[in-house]
Amino acid sequence: MGLLSKKDAALIKDPLFDNNPITIQVLGICSALAITAELKASIVMSISVMFVLGLGNVVISLMRNIIPSKIRIIVQLIVVATLVIIVDLVLKAFAYELSKTLSVFVGLIITNCIIMGRFEAFALGNGPWRSFLDGIGNAVGYGLILIAVGFFRELLGSGTLLGIKVLGDPIEKTGLYAFGYENNGFMLLSPMALIVVGIIIWVQRTKNKALIEEN
Amino acid sequence: MEHIELFFKSIFIDNMVFATFLGMCSYLAVSKKVSTAVGLGAAVIFVLAVTVPLNWLLDQYILQEGALSWLGEEYASYDLSFLSFIMFIATIATMVQLVEIIVEKFSPSLYNSLGIFLPLIAVNCAILGGSLFMQSREIPSIGLALTYGVGSGIGWFLAILAIAAIREKIRYSAVPPALRGLGITFIITGLMAIGFMSFGGMLTGGDEKKEEKPKVEAKVEKEEIKKEAKEIVAENTNIN
Repeated sequence: MGLLSKKDAALIKDPLFDNNPITIQVLGICSALAITAELKASIVMSISVMFVLGLGNVVISLMRNIIPSKIRIIVQLIVVATLVIIVDLVLKAFAYELSKTLSVFVGLIITNCIIMGRFEAFALGNGPWRSFLDGIGNAVGYGLILIAVGFFRELLGSGTLLGIKVLGDPIEKTGLYAFGYENNGFMLLSPMALIVVGIIIWVQRTKNKALIEEN
Repeated sequence: MEHIELFFKSIFIDNMVFATFLGMCSYLAVSKKVSTAVGLGAAVIFVLAVTVPLNWLLDQYILQEGALSWLGEEYASYDLSFLSFIMFIATIATMVQLVEIIVEKFSPSLYNSLGIFLPLIAVNCAILGGSLFMQSREIPSIGLALTYGVGSGIGWFLAILAIAAIREKIRYSAVPPALRGLGITFIITGLMAIGFMSFGGMLTGGDEKKEEKPKVEAKVEKEEIKKEAKEIVAENTNIN
C-alpha cells in the first residue's frame, strides 16, 4: 500500500466486509437481487456500478461547493443519469444479449441507493481523490455480494458457471449427474435471491458479533 | 376489462417488491413500524399515479422513435429514446418537489403524515422502475398507464404493510441473534415472494410461465436432436 496512506486504504477496505453496502448499510438491494440468476450478469452489473459510482463520486465532489443544497438531489440524479446512459449505450453496442437480460435494471442503477447514499454521505464533504477511493471501495463491496449470490444461484440452479457446465451434463448424465444429482431449478427463481442474501448476512454476523442488531 | 386485468396483474403477479425487487431499500428501512409504513406506502401510490401517466406522455410524444412527428415532417425520423432515463428521473424529481410544495400549502395535516417521506421517494427504485416498465412493456394508452401506476403502487403498499406487521410481531420471537433484524427480514420477504408466486395462475397463466416453458422445451428438444444425430453418426461409423 505504498500509494495509499493508511486512511485512504481504509476507505477501500472497510466497505468490503465490516461496512458492506448491501449487508450492513442496506443500500442498493433493489438491483442486486433481480439479476443474480447468472454469474455473468452479476459481474457486468458490478462493473457498471463501479464505473458509475467511482466517476459520479468524483464529479459530485468537484462540484460540492457550487451545488445549492436545496436542489442537490436533482443535480445528483442528473449526474448519475448521464453516467448510466453512457453505460447503457456501451452495453447495447458491445453486449446486446446481456443488455437484454439486464433490461430495465441498468436504468435502475440511477436510483440504486448506494449511489445516492455515497454522494450524500461522502462525496459532498470530501475531496475528489478520497471520494473516488470511497466509490470504488463501496462498488467492490457491492460487487462481492452480487458475485457471491450469482455464483451460488447459477451453480446450484443450472449447474453452470459463466455458462460452462462445471458439474457435468444433466442430459447425458456425466459428472455429478451420474450419481443422481439434480439441478435445483428453484434457485433460479427470484425469491431465492432474497434467501441467499439472508444466509450471507447470517454467516457474516455469526463471524462478527459486533454487527448483530438488537431487536 | 383490460383495466381490471392490468390492475390485478400489477398488484399481485408483477408485484413491485416480490416479483422485481423494486424499492427494496426503503422497504427494508421504513418497515419497522406499521404506522410509518402506511405513510410511505400511501406516498408511493400517490407519486406513482402521477408520474407514470406523465412519463407515458413524455415517452409517447417526445422520446419514442418518430414521436416528434407532431412538430412537422422533418422531425419524424428523430429517436430520442436514449434520453429516457434522464427525462424520467428529472420528471420524477420535479414532480416530487412540486407535490411536496402543493401538499404543504393546501393540506398541512397530510403533509405532516406524508411530507417526511416525499424526499425519500425521489430515489425509490419503485418509482423509476414503474416508468421504465411502463416503457418496456409498451402500455398502449394513458388510461392504462394510470391503472398500471396505481396498481403497482397498491402492490408496493401491500408488501410494506405486510412486512411491517410481521416485523412488529417478530420482536417477541426467538430469532437466532445473528439473524435478527435484517437477515430474518430478507428470509421472510423471500418466503412471502414464494407465496406471491402462486398468484401467477390468477389471470391468463402469467407471463413468466408462458415465456419460460417453451424455452426449456426447445432446449431439451435441441439436445435430444443432438443426441439423435450423434447416435446416427455413431451407427454410420459402425457400419463403415
